[in-house]
Amino acid sequence: MTLLSVRDLSITIGRMQPLDRISFDLAKGEILGVVGESGSGKSLTAMSVMGLLPLIRGRISSGQVLFDGRDLTRLKEKEYRALRGRRIALITQNPMTSLDPVLTVGSQIDQVARLHLGLAPAEAKARSIDLMQQLRIPEAKAVHDQYPHQLSGGMKQRIVIAMALAADPDLIIADEPTTALDVTIQAQIMQILVELVRDRGLALMLITHDMGVVAQTCDRVVVLYAGRVAESNTVADIFAAPQHPYTRALIGCIPREALQPGSLTGIPGMVPNVLDYPAGCRFHPRCALAQPVCAETVPPLAPAEGGLAACHFAGEIAPAKGVRHG
Amino acid sequence: MADALVSLRNLSRDFHSRAGLFGERRVLRAVNDVSLDIEQGQVTGVVGESGCGKSTLARLVLRLLDASGGQVTFDGTDLGKLPARRLRKLRQRMQMVFQDPYSAIDPRYSIREALLEPLQVQGIRLARGEAAAKVDKLMDVVGLSRKMAEAYPHQLSGGQKQRIGIARALILQPSFLVLDEPTASLDVSIQAQVINLLEGLKSEYGLTYLFISHDLGLVRYFCDRVVVMYLGRIVEIMPAKNATPRHPYTRTLLDSNFEPDPAKRRVVTRLSGEIPSAFDLPPGCAFAARCPRASDLCRRERPELTSSAPDRSAACHHPIEQQ
Ligand SMILES: Nc1ncnc2c1ncn2[C@@H]1O[C@H](COP(=O)(O)OP(=O)(O)OP(=O)(O)O)[C@@H](O)[C@H]1O
Ligand SMILES: Nc1ncnc2c1ncn2[C@@H]1O[C@H](COP(=O)(O)OP(=O)(O)O)[C@@H](O)[C@H]1O
Ligand code: SF4
Ligand code: SF4
Ligand SMILES: [Mg+2]
Ligand SMILES: [Mg+2]
Repeated sequence: MTLLSVRDLSITIGRMQPLDRISFDLAKGEILGVVGESGSGKSLTAMSVMGLLPLIRGRISSGQVLFDGRDLTRLKEKEYRALRGRRIALITQNPMTSLDPVLTVGSQIDQVARLHLGLAPAEAKARSIDLMQQLRIPEAKAVHDQYPHQLSGGMKQRIVIAMALAADPDLIIADEPTTALDVTIQAQIMQILVELVRDRGLALMLITHDMGVVAQTCDRVVVLYAGRVAESNTVADIFAAPQHPYTRALIGCIPREALQPGSLTGIPGMVPNVLDYPAGCRFHPRCALAQPVCAETVPPLAPAEGGLAACHFAGEIAPAKGVRHG
Repeated sequence: MADALVSLRNLSRDFHSRAGLFGERRVLRAVNDVSLDIEQGQVTGVVGESGCGKSTLARLVLRLLDASGGQVTFDGTDLGKLPARRLRKLRQRMQMVFQDPYSAIDPRYSIREALLEPLQVQGIRLARGEAAAKVDKLMDVVGLSRKMAEAYPHQLSGGQKQRIGIARALILQPSFLVLDEPTASLDVSIQAQVINLLEGLKSEYGLTYLFISHDLGLVRYFCDRVVVMYLGRIVEIMPAKNATPRHPYTRTLLDSNFEPDPAKRRVVTRLSGEIPSAFDLPPGCAFAARCPRASDLCRRERPELTSSAPDRSAACHHPIEQQ
């Protein structure tokens, strides 16, 4: 069942239009990967869904954010506040943006349950410790009374996840939740997130620039480029038969043992700044397949191979190199 | 063994600190008894998690940092015994590209000035036309427009700064480059550009690289050999391609790597526990607390790095059997 449906979402910040008609759906029990290079609009998409654009003087100029059938773009700030933390929770890249350094980590988890679920202090504490144990925090009782600076980065991120779960939300938005962590710790945290989705039927919007993480954990993928959707599809199809040259190029950038030396494709140039988005297809200055029409006409997001792709030549593209092994 | 351009023998480095203002003195051995031969024309990769001593090792190899013990030999010369003047001269042949492209370049220097600075340090004076030609050539080599030499670091993207870092390391025409996570802060697309550039430079100028990274996928793609570090020590050395780990920690690192193929999904990890503090290391194997194979022997006695084949060694009492 679709829980979150973002439809043709466009936003403005001053005279900038960083997001242009973003659309995707996310169902309960599903993990949606939102990928793209830095500056492609991933975090702004998260902030839009969380109703946090006013913080950066931005606003939704058109489109809908349907959550459980309700259009969140029409909510008043007070109504949004009742939703945030309670039914939609956010996990950010740096755990210290969510943690208060002068409070014990346990009291910060308790706080969420007390505020949103009206639990008594003792109840909230027992519940927090239980949650911490589920997240495999060793010696949860002792850790409950520690301060953020006493914990490692991986442990702090677990506390942030516990805070996100404390009010039993339906949707978690995780913006690069493991980017700042070591690889073995990153693997542990991703494992925890995946299990939560499977066990509790949560919906997870996972924002990442790491196609490896996407391949291993997501069900569906939406690829953003320069504030627009380039392509969206199931994870299997995105990797086996990418329809958009940008998706294909991103996959061709990932180094791995099986690749022959010299065969990383790379993508020339870089993501343009919001103020100089090119006309037509925004990827055209970097696209190996660009034709004259690409610089003039915006390719519509149209059905392609079971998913959606915004390329004039989607469907005419040869299958991706390099994803096949052996 | 092929020709070793650089040899490390029992290299160690201690850092001293206090726990709090009046706390007891503590010693942290950031690099511990490291021996390694870096062969001419090869790419030797060093992997490991944050704090395992990779950057400290990099600085020791170039003697940007003095060792607490052990020896570094570059092309037959013992760096530790070299007077400052001769060391500076030798630096022309060995250069470093830093982890953080933003900190390596002085923000007040234009790119042109930043590129020419290593020549000044070496006391090499060039005629103006010669210097200009050199800068143009370098900008071409690293794939940047010549006009960009007049820009300042804040006007450059991360990938462009990293290219400048590489150009700057190349101006003295070194034969050996130490690359400390040169792509860690970059998007994969830009990382691919930088790696392709490094591949090209290596074959064009016959360079030898010591390449440091925490990304095992990248190291296995780019390097000839992988050196795995854990808490200051080498725990395994193996070929980058077609080799499976013998050390359980290498196995863990490999299992933590997210393979970009949804058809090959697996439970990502069962590893619990975190890296112990480098201050109070256990007596036996430093990995014992996290290791599924740990025995009493492991907790009692530290395993030595021993080789099982000419190009392989591991420090483990119960190495993983090879199929
Ligand atoms: N100047 C210093 N004084 C005190 N301790 C230091 C110093 N430099 C490094 N260390 C310590 O030595 C250990 C190794 O540090 P190093 O920077 O070499 O790690 P690294 O492997 O490069 O980590 P990363 O992946 O985070 O770059 C760490 O515990 C670090 O805190
Ligand atoms: N607060 C802001 N004000 C103005 N522009 C912004 C702001 N935040 C992001 N942008 C711009 O919007 C684009 C998308 O940014 P972002 O969503 O942060 O990308 P991502 O998370 O994919 O790296 C970028 O070009 C960025 O510079
Ligand atoms: S529309 Fe043209 S420029 Fe854009 S991705 Fe497709 S082929 Fe490339
Ligand atoms: S020596 Fe023992 S504890 Fe250490 S890695 Fe080997 S099996 Fe594991
Ligand atoms: Mg972001
Ligand atoms: Mg380092």
